[in-house]
Amino acid sequence: MSKTYYDPADLRNFGKITDWSEELGEKFFDYYGKVFEEGALTAREKSLIALAVSHVVKCPYCIDAYTQDGLKRGITKEEMMEAVHAGAAIESGATLVHGVQMMKKYDKLSH
Amino acid sequence: MATKSLKKQKNKLADANRQLEILSSGIFEDELPTFKDKVSQTHQFPLRPKGLEILQINLGYMCNQVCEHCHVDAGPDRKEIMTKETMQQCLEVIQTTGAHTLDLTGGAPEMNPLFRWFVEEASKVGIKDFIVRSNLTIIRANKKYHDLPDFFKQYNVHVVSSMPHWTRRKTDKQRGVGVFDKSIKALQELNERGFGMPSSDLRLDLVYNPSGAFLPSDQASMERDFKKALLEDFNIHFHSLFVITNLPISRFLDYLIASDNYEDYMYNLVDAYNPAAVENVMCRNTISISWDGWLYDCDFNQMLGLKVASKVKHISDYNEEVLNDRNIITSQHCYGCTAGAGSSCQGSVT
Ligand code: SF4
Ligand code: SF4
Repeated sequence: MSKTYYDPADLRNFGKITDWSEELGEKFFDYYGKVFEEGALTAREKSLIALAVSHVVKCPYCIDAYTQDGLKRGITKEEMMEAVHAGAAIESGATLVHGVQMMKKYDKLSH
Repeated sequence: MATKSLKKQKNKLADANRQLEILSSGIFEDELPTFKDKVSQTHQFPLRPKGLEILQINLGYMCNQVCEHCHVDAGPDRKEIMTKETMQQCLEVIQTTGAHTLDLTGGAPEMNPLFRWFVEEASKVGIKDFIVRSNLTIIRANKKYHDLPDFFKQYNVHVVSSMPHWTRRKTDKQRGVGVFDKSIKALQELNERGFGMPSSDLRLDLVYNPSGAFLPSDQASMERDFKKALLEDFNIHFHSLFVITNLPISRFLDYLIASDNYEDYMYNLVDAYNPAAVENVMCRNTISISWDGWLYDCDFNQMLGLKVASKVKHISDYNEEVLNDRNIITSQHCYGCTAGAGSSCQGSVT
């Protein structure tokens, strides 16, 4: 076992999750592959969405993978950073909108 | 961008043997399969020629640019230049070859003082596709090159030019400050002469290779993005985009090692290995001729000093039949030609 929880080399072995559950693993990878094909959205647009979500779920493997994917597709760093901000804005908005719940509760409990 | 070639810097990697040593040791001793092992798994080793289609002639390593990724280690400080005698030997070969394409490269081939004479003579043979790999900025580099678009038009040359990105920042980072603006100007001038225009016979293709330690995306979508951006922003047209993977040799190898990306890059190349691409790697239909007349399986092997494994090794003894009966020399750099959709001087190969 390595001394850190995250090892960049683990990303290369992602496919090995099928070793311990072939059916589910393969279903996942088929689904994953299909999702990122060109569709109503371009593969480029999906790559930026994936990058934003990678940051929101704070997954270093995904950030590694989708930064590389963006570079491959010629996505600029300005576009990448805007995508990260879009993710961050939703994430902080999601936190802040709960402020309404707090306010309602506060008002209900106090005169 | 670098300002001097590795050779001028006396960098150890200017030595081809040192590069080959690096490519055969470390991770390729115990972690990753060698190219030979990988190709042998699908019984495709050794690689053999399929019949000559392209003669690629390197007119010299001199260049007006010193791009970071350059596999030639070209630059203004390189003095290797093809002489008239070797050009004459090339012309004799062009008269009799079965190849349908002549591909002039460098450095900047236009910097060879005999470039125009050679193009005039070679075009008399009536070869079907006559390519000049022009880096675009050369056209704006000096007054004496300003009329190159007219010259190319006069001889119906097929212009193939590098364009790392459709944004100024990315282009200038890889190729040097000011390169983007000069390239755009040169492309506009080529368009004005008819090169690259829709339905024009004057061919203008662009070459894209990644500006860093990552593999390129698929050619069709890159071409779509390039076309859209260059048309919208600059009203520029071109025909096809060739997407080329950077091979881990010369200045790009130096960059990979210095930036601590070498191992990951090699892993990526090996992971992306595609047996279908092996069938069409360019060494199977190309002979590369160096400025001093030696023969190689490809321009990369030329830079690694790996001469053809044939009795015929020099243009002065050229014999196509003998050359077609040879094994191609490979090493781990070849993974760059077989990753994903494959890569060649003509772009993807699958
Ligand atoms: S223009 Fe081409 S030959 Fe010249 S330095 Fe750049 S990559 Fe090398
Ligand atoms: S590097 Fe040259 S010899 Fe190796 S596969 Fe590519 S074209 Fe062939």
